Amino acid sequence: MSGVLHVEGIALWSPRLPGWEAARAVLRGERPAPEQPAPRPSPTLLAPTERRRAPDTVAIALEVALAATAMAGTNPTELPSVFASTHGDLAISDYMCATLAEAPTMISPTKFHNSVHNAAAGYWSIATGTYAPYTAISALDCTFAQGVLEAAMQVGADGVRVLLVAYDIEARGPLATVTPSRGLFGAALVLAPVPGPRTQATIAWRLDGAGPPRSSARHADLVAGNAISGCLPLFELLADAPGVDSVRLPASSGQDLVLARA
Amino acid sequence: MPSAIPPLRVSACTATSAVGRGVAALDEALAARRSGLKRNDFGVSPLPTWIGEVEGLDAPLPARFSPYECRNNRLAWLGLDTDGFLERVREARERHRATRIALVLGTSTSSIGASEEAYRSLTPEGLFPESLRRPIVHTPHSLGAFVAHALALEGPCVTVATACSSSAKVFCQAERMIRAGLVDAAVVGGVDTLCGSVLFGFNSLELVSPDPCRPFDRARRGISLGEAAGFALLERGPGPGPYLLGHGESSDAHHMSSPHPDGLGARASIGDALARGGVAAEVVDYINLHGTASQKNDEVEAKVIADLFPARTRASSTKAWTGHTLGAAGIVEAVIALRALATGLMPGNLNADDLDPACGPQIRIDNGTGEVRHVLSNSFGFGGSNCTLLFGREARA
Repeated sequence: MSGVLHVEGIALWSPRLPGWEAARAVLRGERPAPEQPAPRPSPTLLAPTERRRAPDTVAIALEVALAATAMAGTNPTELPSVFASTHGDLAISDYMCATLAEAPTMISPTKFHNSVHNAAAGYWSIATGTYAPYTAISALDCTFAQGVLEAAMQVGADGVRVLLVAYDIEARGPLATVTPSRGLFGAALVLAPVPGPRTQATIAWRLDGAGPPRSSARHADLVAGNAISGCLPLFELLADAPGVDSVRLPASSGQDLVLARA
Repeated sequence: MPSAIPPLRVSACTATSAVGRGVAALDEALAARRSGLKRNDFGVSPLPTWIGEVEGLDAPLPARFSPYECRNNRLAWLGLDTDGFLERVREARERHRATRIALVLGTSTSSIGASEEAYRSLTPEGLFPESLRRPIVHTPHSLGAFVAHALALEGPCVTVATACSSSAKVFCQAERMIRAGLVDAAVVGGVDTLCGSVLFGFNSLELVSPDPCRPFDRARRGISLGEAAGFALLERGPGPGPYLLGHGESSDAHHMSSPHPDGLGARASIGDALARGGVAAEVVDYINLHGTASQKNDEVEAKVIADLFPARTRASSTKAWTGHTLGAAGIVEAVIALRALATGLMPGNLNADDLDPACGPQIRIDNGTGEVRHVLSNSFGFGGSNCTLLFGREARA
């Protein structure tokens, strides 16, 4: 099975690749990555009182979702969305497990409702006033590829633009020793069924049998250790980084997702 | 409005919950109005509430699955090894090949119970005990990864985690994959187990009932939590029903833990499910409601049903039988809806004797029987995630 997706919005954020414009230049080798990591983005979609206490997952997901839809020039409320995260909010999982072990009746109701895997998607829908459906998925090292596939299925099924948001955050506490993930990483794409004036790139995708070596990013060291940063090769492709013509990402135990410029 | 989609065969299904293992136990409990709820005795300091606990989860997984050992995967295995489901998947694997069958499963908390256990028994150095240093059970995809291994499936495999709509949305995602030709079949379902996170979490929101839950009753006091596993096999091509005829998904865009006051999202998901099925509300015989027995959900959902459906449509929540099984609620209630097509039994509301004034004539206390050709199932989750499924006995309305 194969298909074509027209990319209208691209966003990327990690402390040393803070935003697509900066990241694109670094990934193309035009300038070095900033030495100083950028501070966590502020989720400007939220009310000022909520910005600072927003969970990391919400801050990073809203940052890239907003940037991708802005580049696409689309009204976010029209877009169904796919939120893909390997582990969800590892910091809140640490909080929940630690509090349950010590004083279970002291669980914070806000932390509890923020602990659901779809919290970032829910905040996106609430903050933008979007009634279009979202989903929130996880698939270990195949999370990003499964997110692309689900977005591609939605684009094809209903002939609509779809927002794909992928993110993972830094693990905390004892959980970090077993389920490690480092730093913040978020990426988002607005994918369209047909080419248009806003098309930034056209990507052909196909499922292939697993086997050949998977792609590794030339700048992998900048995002090393983050659970979903294995998707960086696709963003090198989208940045027109020299020598990156196609990327191969794990999609399941038996399949890879191969993405190439169409 | 979305356009109609081709019907998709549901060639096998199974559900295991507090009322018992498999569809025969489910049929019997629904007909006899036998609840599976009991006083909460789960964990070290149980809250004063009622739970729907599944029996038979004390035995470890077969040794070949030992890396996946945890309560949630035990329940997944118990659920798979029921109603001949393993055999039905094995036959499908021979018909379609392992890479041509998708696996799309829903859960809310997956195996976080294993992480909770590790935090209760940390080593003096603050590390997980050796027996729980298994990364696969400390991530949401624990469920999808285990079931893919257990069923030897190699196609697209994904865990959907949108809280209480999770294992309803799996039908939508799988249907899109099959319609597009990405796969020829899909195993869908969901598993969620009781754990501290959900018991104390819902308690912190003051949503847990001290009594057995009473969906749609005027005096309802909140939810009873439960656990369950359920699965269905969806296959392309001709063959006997029942069929998935339509599905709808929407967002409330309102609040993280409270439904939209006018049920905007619920209306949209119901409307889209009917539109994709190419049918009018008038043909719906039975609706399995989300009906958590929380004050807000039941009031809003009752109004939506009263507005959209004729008096002849029967509607009920079955959560007083099973408890609210969260990420497994979608699949369990889809199976209940599918069983209504097969048996003609349309469950009423258990533990309700004075219906909320918001209820229209659709919401009944007593069970009913009759010709059941079209059924809907509603599942709504935290974060305002809504899903409605439409099943039919025949491929065409």
